[in-house]
Amino acid sequence: MIAHSIFFYFFSIVAIISAIMVTASKNTVHSVFFLILDFISISCLFIMIGAEFLGMIMLIVYVGAVAVLFLFVVMMLNVAQQKNQWFSSMSSSSHIPVGVIISAIIFFELIIVIGGWKYKPDLVESIDTSVNNGLSNTHSLGQVLYTDYIHIFQISGMILLIAMIGAIVLTYRQREGVKKQSYLKQISRERSEGVEVLEVQSNKGVKIDD
Amino acid sequence: MEYVNIIFQEVYKILFLLVPVLVSVAMIVWLDRRVWAFVQKRQGPNVVGPFGLLQSLADALKYIFKEIIIPASSNKIIFILAPIITMTLALIAWAVIPFSENQVLANINVGILYIFAVSSLGVYGIIMGGWASNSKYPFLGSIRSAAQMVSYEVSIGIIIINVLLCVGSLNLNDIVIAQNDIWFVIPLFPMFVIFFISALAETNRPPFDLPEAEAELVAGYQTEYSGMMYAMFWLGEYANILLMCALGSILFLGGWLSPIDIYPFNLIPGAIWLIFKILFLFFLFALVKAIVPRYRYDQLMRLGWKIFLPLSLIYVVLTASYLFYFNLLPTI
Repeated sequence: MIAHSIFFYFFSIVAIISAIMVTASKNTVHSVFFLILDFISISCLFIMIGAEFLGMIMLIVYVGAVAVLFLFVVMMLNVAQQKNQWFSSMSSSSHIPVGVIISAIIFFELIIVIGGWKYKPDLVESIDTSVNNGLSNTHSLGQVLYTDYIHIFQISGMILLIAMIGAIVLTYRQREGVKKQSYLKQISRERSEGVEVLEVQSNKGVKIDD
Repeated sequence: MEYVNIIFQEVYKILFLLVPVLVSVAMIVWLDRRVWAFVQKRQGPNVVGPFGLLQSLADALKYIFKEIIIPASSNKIIFILAPIITMTLALIAWAVIPFSENQVLANINVGILYIFAVSSLGVYGIIMGGWASNSKYPFLGSIRSAAQMVSYEVSIGIIIINVLLCVGSLNLNDIVIAQNDIWFVIPLFPMFVIFFISALAETNRPPFDLPEAEAELVAGYQTEYSGMMYAMFWLGEYANILLMCALGSILFLGGWLSPIDIYPFNLIPGAIWLIFKILFLFFLFALVKAIVPRYRYDQLMRLGWKIFLPLSLIYVVLTASYLFYFNLLPTI
């Protein structure tokens, strides 16, 4: 158990420190890297409590895909210029009171939630779904998701699909005058339509028309 | 004292796995260059040692003694971290690869997800290296590789779902044992082909080596690296290729199972069979490098999103319907 608690405290301390560093570091790319470190240590905590499927999915989805896209966007921005505008010019300091108000509201909400949080004393006994200890984590998760909660699961999938289609519809615009390459045309090109063999007479040359 | 013993045992096991992997990475680089050369009617590295076998050792020595140059305007911490992360991630994935029923370092329940997660983390080494170099070509290379690897992970994930439908477990040993009757390469042959091509793209191998396309980007994300740090990128890349070959042979070619379960063949230990299968897949990787010209970037994206993703999704539906209709779905 000693090793277990050592690892638990190690991962939690790393998670908390990196979460603080996400907001504290001035370089945006650094804060994304701290966010990734935070995700990784949280997934390690998931694995430690025996939820190995959740931990791995956390790694694959958040670290492997979402954070890559964050990094992608942040690296494309001109960070140095933006930082100067944000921190050095006094005229843009009007964002500070708004930020303080929003963070205060979130802080009080968190206090209310944590203050009112109660664990049911007989949580495991009062669950409707039966817990089968012989099954692995992944199997029992799948059985619960695809039997008892199948409708909620399907509806959440539909919502995600609609969100994806909506994002594509909102940002897609047909631009005029963009040359597109057709693969069929490129592959089905024959020699006869691409090459022309001419007799070139000396001192006269050939007229090429485009 | 008990903990110290456990730690020593584990370290011993880990070294017993890692040292062969590293040595075989060096050998595989030599094999790669030899195959490449023979396809082009050249000799390849044949001077150092018998058949040039020690060429990689000589190269490694050269890298060790070269000076490590860190560009003045680079982000130094991330610049140094990038090759370390690439190599570490390429090596830790080997922890769950089963070499026979009992020869596996960590026989975890979600082995296939672990490998998938680690290989999807591999993109960070490249992005970090490209960004921290603070230079145009590495940055372009890293942006390319980020988009490329994320795109091809999607189709690899769906191909893995195909296999998992037939197995009913995420454990790599269970996946191998499920192929006792028939290797998955036969019923899932189209998926094997798509997996192979996606693995090429995932490991930045030619014809999908756009992140380091030497004709356009000097050397892509590795441009500013030198000495041992470059060698670590290089080792990580080849260890990743080997890992993808191992994953392919576990998912489709029956892992450590012998091809025919009759007397002289089933005496050979499973590890040997797995190594043969990995070598076979790597031979294909090397042949592809020699034969196929490099893809254009838009062609690469089109192949990933418009061809592989729909094809593998359709195949998931087909596999699931077939298994359901003939009542072959695996029971827990």
